[in-house]
Amino acid sequence: MVERIAEHPILGVQEKGRVVRFIFDGKELEGYEGEPIAAALKAADVTVHRYTQKEHKPRGIFCAIGRCTDCVMIVDGVPNVRTCITPLTEGMVVQTQYGVSEKPFNEQ
Amino acid sequence: MKRHDLIIVGAGPSGLSAAIEAAKRGLDVVVFDENEKPGGQLFKQIHKFFGSKEHRAKVRGFVIGRQLLDEAAQAGVKVVLNATVIGLYQDKEVVVKIGEEIIHYKADAVVIATGAAENMVTFPGWTLPGVIGAGAAQTMMNLHGVLPGKKVLMLGSGNVGLVVSFQLLQCGCDVVALVDAAPRVGGYGVHAAKVARCGVPFYLSHTIVKAEGEESVTGVTIAEVDEKFNFIPGTEKHFDVDTICLAVGLSPMSQLLKMAGAKMEDNPRRGGQVPVCDEYGRTSLPGVFVAGDVSGIEEASSAMIEGRMAGIVASEYLGYIEKEAMDGELGSLEEALNGLRQGMFAPENRGKAIEKTEEGIDVSANLLKRGYVADDEIERFPGVTHKKGIHPVIECTQNIPCNPCQDACPKKCISIGSNITSLPIVAPESECIGCGMCVASCSGQAIFLVDEDLGDGTASVTLPYEFLPLPAEGTKGIALGRNGQKVCEAEVMSVKSAKAFDKTHLLTMRVPKEYAMSARFFRACE
Repeated sequence: MVERIAEHPILGVQEKGRVVRFIFDGKELEGYEGEPIAAALKAADVTVHRYTQKEHKPRGIFCAIGRCTDCVMIVDGVPNVRTCITPLTEGMVVQTQYGVSEKPFNEQ
Repeated sequence: MKRHDLIIVGAGPSGLSAAIEAAKRGLDVVVFDENEKPGGQLFKQIHKFFGSKEHRAKVRGFVIGRQLLDEAAQAGVKVVLNATVIGLYQDKEVVVKIGEEIIHYKADAVVIATGAAENMVTFPGWTLPGVIGAGAAQTMMNLHGVLPGKKVLMLGSGNVGLVVSFQLLQCGCDVVALVDAAPRVGGYGVHAAKVARCGVPFYLSHTIVKAEGEESVTGVTIAEVDEKFNFIPGTEKHFDVDTICLAVGLSPMSQLLKMAGAKMEDNPRRGGQVPVCDEYGRTSLPGVFVAGDVSGIEEASSAMIEGRMAGIVASEYLGYIEKEAMDGELGSLEEALNGLRQGMFAPENRGKAIEKTEEGIDVSANLLKRGYVADDEIERFPGVTHKKGIHPVIECTQNIPCNPCQDACPKKCISIGSNITSLPIVAPESECIGCGMCVASCSGQAIFLVDEDLGDGTASVTLPYEFLPLPAEGTKGIALGRNGQKVCEAEVMSVKSAKAFDKTHLLTMRVPKEYAMSARFFRACE
């Protein structure tokens, strides 16, 4: 389990939004409102965000600033959402993405 | 089409600085930034900056970021966030994507301050989850409060690799190795030394053979490389890690300038494809200016000065100030910028092997190879002296533009002189009162207070300490040497914290007196 930093020696206790619940691949997880979806997933030890279209290889966070698109997932039914810069909201439904569409490989 | 006097692309240190200068002179300025928050990378930088007072030295990056935002707000700068500039066309037409909308703007002048993007290297397994950019690690730790991993290998010994390694340690991560294909540490020696004394081994002339794991990183293999960067068989080393961090340089994000038809050049000294521009950021396109990393990779302090310059030349270009007024202001900014571009790491020294300091002292070979100055090298540097009673020991061994230590001492014990890159010396007749202001003021954490003989066979060593938890007085543990290895038993005599120290705590440990000049870090017994 990857931890959140409770108190940072320089930054102190970081201000966070309220705790919200969201669904990741059918499981209920908790995160802080407004933090990137990817941060909430990382804190919940989720590392694989998607599998590539051709070779079905796993991908996760890489640049964390919305540049590389490695971390895209299906968010509330919409595929290719950059989770590292998309804020988490209550009740969000986040799914592992297979290829570039919102469908699993066997339905493509 | 919406019109503005000046459109600035990028709300990082250089873009905001340009906006402030232009807005102060009456221009109607708007800044577009694709991010959710302004400030660029400043808010991820938690170390104390180098330089002198005018460069806001010894202030931490994120604090400088806050100051810059306040200054921008006061100047009336308008920043539009979540706004990606996707085109720069003839006659300074700027096309911006905001949400799902594409909006056309027209400016009379443009400052491009788009910064830089991280470089990558490829190796088998590099696409696995767990291989991340060093910037990503910084973003996760310092903005979102989430650990990027537990056991990390860092590739790259430039300042980014060194600084982020230290930040990982500060968050409690285990940095198993710092690896670089180059034969010498690329960043500041003081940054390397503070990582090395925590016990992180440096592997220069090594690089990654492969990342291991199926669904995410579980390990990494590195190997030594020869002078042509080919792997030397039989030198492979394996580490169990969950994260591999890449800090292999930055490239200017100059695409908009190329698109607009600015004259470009491929200049490795400036980091890649950059616009041809003069020292104030004027490109080949009249009214299009550049500032910050997009015109050559440096760091935030120089980016802020370049931004101010661009804001001033844009103001003059549009007739808001006279040429004489501009020249006067550019002069002092240029002086400040030149101050930062001095010393061993000056742009013209990039890639050069420097063997002697400006003072004619042999540089530490160990520092460049292993990240720390060896015990038999340290005595030759002018900040390292001996005397009875408490006194500063300044382990600053490279000529870098930085001088907060000489102003920090109320007793004027430390002197650098007018040349900002000179190595600090301990003034001969000075009297140290042990206040520790120098220890806390040193951005490189290279100053220690030592009392070599407390009279009972022990010595005291005071060191800068930026970790949690703070050990209590009387805590027993071990003292680590500059190389991060145990040198002796140690006991905490005191830990001092003060507002003036700005989160750098002063840990004083008692060690047997023969280790006074080698014990440089404290680790509590577990």
